[in-house]
Amino acid sequence: MQSRRTFIKSISAIAVGAALMSGGLAAQAADKSPIKVGILHSLSGTMAISETALKDMALMTIDEINKSGGVLGRQLEAVVVDPASDWPLFAEKGRQLLTQDKVAVTFGCWTSVSRKSVLPVYKELNGLLFYPVQYEGEELEKNVFYTGAAPNQQAIPAVEYLMSADGGGAKRFVLLGTDYVYPRTTNKILRAFLKSKGVADADIMEEYTPFGHADYQTIIAKIKKFAAEGKKTAVVSTINGDSNVPFYKELGNQGLKAKDVPVVAFSVGEEELRGVDTKPLVGHLAAWNYFMSLKNPANAAFTKKWADYAKANKLPGADKPITNDPMEATYIGIHMWKQAVEKAGTTDVDKVIAAVGGQKFNAPDGFTIEMDPKNHHLHKPVFIGEIKADGQFNVVWKTKGPIKAQPWSPYIAGNDKKKDAPEAK
Amino acid sequence: MQIEKLMITGLMAGLLLLSSAAHALSPESITSLTTGENEQRIDAIASVVNSGDSSAIPFLKNILNDEVKLADGKILIVSESGAIDAMTGEVVTLPEYPEDLINNNRMRNELDIAIAALSLRSSDDAVRLAAAKKLQQTSTSEAMLPLVRQAEKSEKRPKIRTLLVEIRAGIELYSSDKQLRLVAAHELAGSTSAQIRQSLTSRLELDGETDPEVRLAIEAAIESIEERLGYYEFAGTVFTGISLGSVLLLAALGLAITYGLMGVINMAHGEMMMLGAYSTYIVQNLFRQYMPEWFDGYVLAAIPVAFIVTALIGVVMERTVIRHLYGRPLETLLATWGISLILMQLVRTLFGAQNVQVENPNWMSGGIELSSNLVLPYNRIDIILFSVAVLLLIWLLLNKTRLGLFVRAVTQNRSMAGCVGVNTARVDTWAFALGSGVAGLAGVALAQIGNVGPDLGKTYIVDSFMVVVLGGVGQLAGTVYAALGMGITSKFLESFSGAVLAKIIVLVIVIIFIQKRPQGIFALKGRSVE
Repeated sequence: MQSRRTFIKSISAIAVGAALMSGGLAAQAADKSPIKVGILHSLSGTMAISETALKDMALMTIDEINKSGGVLGRQLEAVVVDPASDWPLFAEKGRQLLTQDKVAVTFGCWTSVSRKSVLPVYKELNGLLFYPVQYEGEELEKNVFYTGAAPNQQAIPAVEYLMSADGGGAKRFVLLGTDYVYPRTTNKILRAFLKSKGVADADIMEEYTPFGHADYQTIIAKIKKFAAEGKKTAVVSTINGDSNVPFYKELGNQGLKAKDVPVVAFSVGEEELRGVDTKPLVGHLAAWNYFMSLKNPANAAFTKKWADYAKANKLPGADKPITNDPMEATYIGIHMWKQAVEKAGTTDVDKVIAAVGGQKFNAPDGFTIEMDPKNHHLHKPVFIGEIKADGQFNVVWKTKGPIKAQPWSPYIAGNDKKKDAPEAK
Repeated sequence: MQIEKLMITGLMAGLLLLSSAAHALSPESITSLTTGENEQRIDAIASVVNSGDSSAIPFLKNILNDEVKLADGKILIVSESGAIDAMTGEVVTLPEYPEDLINNNRMRNELDIAIAALSLRSSDDAVRLAAAKKLQQTSTSEAMLPLVRQAEKSEKRPKIRTLLVEIRAGIELYSSDKQLRLVAAHELAGSTSAQIRQSLTSRLELDGETDPEVRLAIEAAIESIEERLGYYEFAGTVFTGISLGSVLLLAALGLAITYGLMGVINMAHGEMMMLGAYSTYIVQNLFRQYMPEWFDGYVLAAIPVAFIVTALIGVVMERTVIRHLYGRPLETLLATWGISLILMQLVRTLFGAQNVQVENPNWMSGGIELSSNLVLPYNRIDIILFSVAVLLLIWLLLNKTRLGLFVRAVTQNRSMAGCVGVNTARVDTWAFALGSGVAGLAGVALAQIGNVGPDLGKTYIVDSFMVVVLGGVGQLAGTVYAALGMGITSKFLESFSGAVLAKIIVLVIVIIFIQKRPQGIFALKGRSVE
């Protein structure tokens, strides 16, 4: 009896909720009340190191849009929640954003595991999520737009560079990562790619460390040993989060120089190097779609805007303001959403989704980049940078222009049959 | 008049000195070194090396240090004092947007080798040694052979000579003369360099040495090098094990006092370490701002500061919260956990959620190179010494002082100690302060090897408890054995099973051990416990 009553109760609650939601949407279209925008980034816990900056960047962009008149003549209102680096809490907070706050769009998540956690919620409630971080691909959802890189926009070009004469002509590879879905999948793709280039299994070493691993002595010793066994060796690092600091410190202390064994990293940017003395690390590499050191007018304006904002709001680290790739991706994502809403003339999720594809934006990476009309990913340029003594990057290689994302990597079996567009409902 | 003239000549002389470096190179080589594709620049470097002209070194170093910039078709050498034209040596004003001359790893490597090759005839022993070391560690081309032979002939120092012999032999492995190759293989057998082994292997496998006699000699050389490298590798594993053990020991020592001796399950122990690390950060910043010339000494100053800060916080914690909860372990656990959350959030509010940068002082960066595959980093060595010192101090304090006597008395039998006039409440406060202070010291050390952020404590709290429980509650000696045991075991496991599996195996071993022997490695004997 009891259970049936609660069941009926919850049913009616959902019904009321749905009614309120649709009513709210109808009302919004007419009035000039602010549009609510959700920001779902960890402000505490392990990932706070990376995600806090994205929250601030989102707030800055919203501020900027509001100052220039808002969207459809309405102001944006940010709703910031803190999922505290706790993956299930991401789903809970996402649901809260959609049902209680009724946000029109959400910008958020960093780790793939957090994105996978909110995904069912956004599908169920037909929400809209912009995800700003490079990831392993193998996903294409109607409710998500991916403004970070897919593997072919970061990992594969980086490894190709290492194999080229300028990159050192590496013949042996150490695939080193944190033990979770992103590094494992990326390394699976890279292994298949290396094999297609004629690298034998014996010339690939794969190593994983737990989240938050802090003692890299043995790993570095192993890399040295592997490198000494013959042929030029390079390390591909998918270490994520704050483990990078002890890793690079150990690298410097053990005297493993970039000239001998270069390390290319996919999750290390300007922000992650903040806590490291970069002098011994000069020459190690990172592959991204944006570097703060890029010289072009759009980036000059972007970094200045950020520096001013950080100073005005007294953000931590404002004395040395830093921008990085996921921050740029956040900035692009919010602007693309704004343009799509203006094109659609409404914040209705389905209409906005239809309008995002094909949007163009003059991005700080120096190119006018475009959201693919079909596959929900951006066409992005790829840059490879070497770490400089001041913690910035020297771009040593770049693509001629933006390249199209392949969320379904051709190096994973069975992907050739998958469609380059999300499944229609 | 006279003075003016003097000044002008002085200035001219200074300019000449500045520019003499650049003058030594022909304008053509300066142009080809700095313009064009990487391939062309590398060719230019090779031809400079072939000329053997050591006066090219300063300009090569300028390129290597990113001091060379391009502007309006001119090649400029930019330093803090200004810019000079590389061709003419004239002082010029630096244009607003000079173009950087970009060197990637490959260019830097070539430049390094070129500088080393040209420095082989330097009159300075240290410079020659460094150059020879550098060349021995990289693959050298045949073009350098004359340069190396010449240097070998004139070299008096045996240490540098050995290196030069290895370099020459490394090149001669590819000679067309069979006899030369054979001699080279024999000469290389005495090396301890992983690089040499690598070039021997590649000679054998990739480039296909065909002569059976030479093949045998190379194989024998590889074997003898490998044997020697094996010893170093083993020594390296032991060292990393001891190093991890010393970190665990430092992290656990404070807990060995608060939990081991006093029985307080202090979940905020990790946060005490975190506060110690942040104290280090603050001291570092103060030094950087007010006494930059003493910067390298900041770690030493941070040690007492961290101890006092965390000990004081320990006193406050004990007086306000823990004191009322003695004998109620569950409530203590919850209360201290709550305190840990408060402290973490406090730090987050004060310093931000992001990690802060703690720089290693110069004397803690780098390491002692025992062989090509064994480098003992200074920061690890220092931490091992530091943990021994802290351990010694605590042992002295507990066993040789009146306070230590009281602490031991109170932990063994509280009511009896109270009966004979020990102020047990005060002893509790002192002991807790000591435990917290030691955790602060651990924080100073951890700041040198890892992240300093609000979550620092979480990483170490589980390991600390594991060490204390494994060692046996109420025993310092047990803590030492447990820390070293865990450190060395996990490093040996890591070297063949990988870090993830090693962690699991160590955990399983600890669980089995505690099942079989719940009292830990050492247990206090007699009736005194509990």
